[in-house]
Amino acid sequence: MPALARLTALLLLLLVAGTGTGTGTADEDGKRGHDGGGGGGGYRVVQWEWTYVQTPYVIAVWLLVASVAKILFHLSQRFTTVVPESCLLILLGLALGGLVLLANEKQLYQLEPALFFLFLLPTIVGDAGYFMPARLFFDNLGAILTYAVAGTLWNAFGTGLALHAAKLMGLIDERVQAGLMDFLLFGALISAVDPVAVLAVFEEVHVNDMLFIIVFGESLLNDAVTVVLYKVYISFVEVGVENVQTADYFKGIASFLVVSVGGTLVGLVFAVLLSFITRFTKKVRIIEPLFVFLMVYLAYLTAELFSLSSILSMTFCGIGANKYVEANISQKSRTTVKYTMKTLASIAETLIFIFLGISAVDKSKWAWDTGLVACTLVFIFIFRAVGVVAQTWVLNRFRLVPLEKIDQVVMSYGGLRGAVAFALVVLLDGRRVKAKDYFVATTIVVVFFTVMFQGLTIKPLVKWLKVPRSTSRKPTINEEIHERAFDHILTAVEDIAGLQGYHHWRDKWEQFDKNYLSKLLLRKSVYRKSELWEAYQKINIRDAISLIDQGGNLTSARLSLPSMTSGASFPDASNVANYLRENGGGVCLDLQVIDNVPGGKVEEAMETHHVLAENLYKPRRRYQSHYSRHFMPAGEKERQDREVFQRNMRSRMETFKSGRHKRHKKERSVKKRRGSDAKDDAGDKPRRNISWQDKDPVVVPLGSDEDEDQGECSDAEKEEDVGITFVAVKPETPKQRPHSVAAAPTGDDTHLPWKGGGVLWPPPCVSLEATKVIPVDLQQAWNQSISSLESVSSPPLPPAPAEPIHPRVGALSRRTAPRPLSYTPPGSATGSSTGSATGSATGSPVSAPPPPPVSVRVPLEKEEGDEEEEDEMRPLMPSLRPPGAAAASSGRRRKPRVYLRSLVTAPPPVSEEPHQRERGPTQL
Amino acid sequence: METVSRSRCRTSRYFPWLSSPLGALGVGTAREPKRITPVTIQCMDSNDTVSCEQIGVLHKRFKQLSHNEDTLRREHFNAIHDLAWNPIRAQIIEAFFDRRNLIPPGEGSMEEIHLEEFLVVMSHFKPPSLSMTDEERDSVRREKLRFLFNMHDTDNDGTITLEEYRHVVEELLSRSGHIGKETAVSIADAAMLEVAGISMGHMEPDEFYEGITFEHFLKLLNSFEIEAKMNVRFLNMNASTVCY
Repeated sequence: MPALARLTALLLLLLVAGTGTGTGTADEDGKRGHDGGGGGGGYRVVQWEWTYVQTPYVIAVWLLVASVAKILFHLSQRFTTVVPESCLLILLGLALGGLVLLANEKQLYQLEPALFFLFLLPTIVGDAGYFMPARLFFDNLGAILTYAVAGTLWNAFGTGLALHAAKLMGLIDERVQAGLMDFLLFGALISAVDPVAVLAVFEEVHVNDMLFIIVFGESLLNDAVTVVLYKVYISFVEVGVENVQTADYFKGIASFLVVSVGGTLVGLVFAVLLSFITRFTKKVRIIEPLFVFLMVYLAYLTAELFSLSSILSMTFCGIGANKYVEANISQKSRTTVKYTMKTLASIAETLIFIFLGISAVDKSKWAWDTGLVACTLVFIFIFRAVGVVAQTWVLNRFRLVPLEKIDQVVMSYGGLRGAVAFALVVLLDGRRVKAKDYFVATTIVVVFFTVMFQGLTIKPLVKWLKVPRSTSRKPTINEEIHERAFDHILTAVEDIAGLQGYHHWRDKWEQFDKNYLSKLLLRKSVYRKSELWEAYQKINIRDAISLIDQGGNLTSARLSLPSMTSGASFPDASNVANYLRENGGGVCLDLQVIDNVPGGKVEEAMETHHVLAENLYKPRRRYQSHYSRHFMPAGEKERQDREVFQRNMRSRMETFKSGRHKRHKKERSVKKRRGSDAKDDAGDKPRRNISWQDKDPVVVPLGSDEDEDQGECSDAEKEEDVGITFVAVKPETPKQRPHSVAAAPTGDDTHLPWKGGGVLWPPPCVSLEATKVIPVDLQQAWNQSISSLESVSSPPLPPAPAEPIHPRVGALSRRTAPRPLSYTPPGSATGSSTGSATGSATGSPVSAPPPPPVSVRVPLEKEEGDEEEEDEMRPLMPSLRPPGAAAASSGRRRKPRVYLRSLVTAPPPVSEEPHQRERGPTQL
Repeated sequence: METVSRSRCRTSRYFPWLSSPLGALGVGTAREPKRITPVTIQCMDSNDTVSCEQIGVLHKRFKQLSHNEDTLRREHFNAIHDLAWNPIRAQIIEAFFDRRNLIPPGEGSMEEIHLEEFLVVMSHFKPPSLSMTDEERDSVRREKLRFLFNMHDTDNDGTITLEEYRHVVEELLSRSGHIGKETAVSIADAAMLEVAGISMGHMEPDEFYEGITFEHFLKLLNSFEIEAKMNVRFLNMNASTVCY
């Protein structure tokens, strides 16, 4: 702590020296430069050109200040968990402002409304809109709109009238020359919940998604109300209350409709335009991100141009375009968009708070009246609370998920005011609004109070009230499935009941989207991918990444294992991981993603928690060993490919699960990147498994499902990352390959290229996807890292240290002792079933077309359950019998077992000892 | 409209079993009027039960669907226009004819259903009341999940087998063209593995995962706030929208 304080102080001094005094002397210097130039004549070697660079220089320095300040705040973990960043920034601003004032006598910098509304605010709103979790937002749209419109109106009128009453009662000093209209005006600008403040504070609090989206959505959507009220009152004040005619009130109402609906429409129009444009950027990937920024920003500016609600416009542009844009643009563009937006938003937010602090110091701008300040603070709090409770009461009659009492408390308490109010109040015309200075002071106090005091206390409050927190957990596949099933079920029930409820309309919209919008706005290659599929892909890839990331973690373990081949390969592994991480990006509708500035400490704490939780009650899963994919119907080989991939990934993930959360944060970006990748070429991914059985090193076959898809797939790949050469190639002989998948890996074990020396090979279980991202020069490192991964996980093998271990196998055997004797070298087992009963699956060696019916050999099980095994196995063999047949032999229960078993007794591990694989996940 | 609902109210006063099972909290039965509990007419404006008014509305709808017959058959459901798009239509319709969803649960499925059965099934979707104890919430939750489970467990053997699960996923994806079929299986398999991992934890090599049992199903959707999600706002519905 003291260190932090000292650092901050140091920074302050430096800054002031750099900016404050720097600029202070700047003018003189500039003048001198000119004078000197005129008087002295002659050529000067060095010239002082301050005036020339001043503006950009000051801006750059400010950005630097803001960024460095952020770094410093996060130096101390404990500190930032308690104090929200926004508070610290304001404090920093206050200090800076004080210093500047001391040095200059005059405040040089403050939050200029134009700067704020044209540059700072749009960056934040743009980010928020674009990454808004759309589903959540629309699910709660009713509540959000209610709070945003009715709530804001209520607050505005209530506060204004109450202040006026207080004035009449003499609570507010006589010096405050304000009439009813002035107070209403003030009420209007002070009552709106501020998106910047809400984002900054709530982001660190991690309340549950629903609560967050309601408060945040409200803060965005109330813009229209604020704008209209503000403008209406301004005009009323200008013409004088007595001159206002009845018609004007109606005009005010009409203008509200125009401003809000118009703003929304502008946003949607730009969203459509943007989506449409990105459909055709295939050849000019490099400017894709630019389109996104420009169009979103233009949506904002256009709305401003017509004095519509710019925030609404931008928000809806972002929400509307996100889905299509993300699907259209390339992976890299997605990453770029994401990072740039987050960076800009983050820095804008920082600047806003610093400037707020600085502006507050300037005494010439405001006048203090305790009565006004106190009354305002009390009133806005009371009216907010009353409004929330009343509206919630009404809303709960209609909401499926009622808002509980604690939610209401948090919502009332979370009504933070911020920079928007400040900018609006500064914009007031001092000649017309006599009490402007008082209003400014009051606004500053209100903003500071809500951001600092409430921001500081809301976290303990949330904790104390036990408000359900958001979990950073990603949904499992099952949850995704049921989630979607749910939507359909509810829609169906509504239809059956003859209701035209929410689900009904959402379903209608989805149909419309699917039938028309998507066709219009999405590239052909992206269209037709189901959401569930995408979700599945995301999960898949997430697993893969976490697995890969894990590579770095294993270092120490690896060192202790004799079997490891080259210690040198490890650094490479981390290189690869880093590479992936740095390339992370993409989109995920998860709320977490919006957390561009998660309070570092909170994040860390949560991660720690996860690590503990994971480790404590969720040991690794071991269902692996029971897999056999033999029961798959013949002719569906492609599925097997997919499955192999899927299982590999999943199981690997499980294997490494315990370590996974540690790097959760870093991984996240990668995951996202991967996740969104799935969108682009969803559907192709699993097919990209590298088939281990292929011997020919040059060709890495992409599993091909159907030729069409295949084409698409490679197409997508090409189209995606320009400039990087990938090793992945279309499979030469798609037809042969599929067979081998089932048993393939085993047969291959002997030949595993990366083990054997032909290191150029991508490891079998790694999705091509993963390999793909890696430039060729990294491939080697990649392979090595993977193989090192394997070796780490697999214990030393007594029989043949040099023996190649299938990576999946490796993971399986990780905890196991040396290989049992029964282990059959894969090569020998190939094609022949050692124990026909167990059916050694060491299937298809690469070169030879694998025998279609692959038998899996599970050596250890032999002793105990050979017979049984056989029975069960048979049905699994695709062409032999339908799975159902198996049931006959072992009675009723048998049947279901068989299925799963077939799933579980996956192929690759064949060569391994089954019992030993306690944690068999790998092959999955 | 008002009068219609009123009259329904009266009817249900005479046949208390009609309204009681709608509470779906186990009061009364649909099939056996003998077990009528004398209590049960909660026609008041409480959120707890499907109110009389709602029964009236649903009755209207029932008549409308069945073309004024006493029973609904599958083809009536199939004729619902909006349902045609629903990928899992078949499962949902089947749920209405499934005796397991009645109170008390039976076996097998019916060919046609009466108003009571219709209402009972519908009552699975009523929103939970605002003031519910944890226990009640839990039982509501179980009940709703049981409904879901039954829907997926088509052969009524107490487990959702892999085949059944695949079928579910396949249907879910059926709207998205040819990709659906292909990928459904792999998704289902992956999901099944996940279930196995979650519910079984450690499995011995000779163990098999036979399918999702109800207990596993509960565990699986543990974080799923089904009591909050599996609702349809009957309260919202206006009698007029249904009738005309």
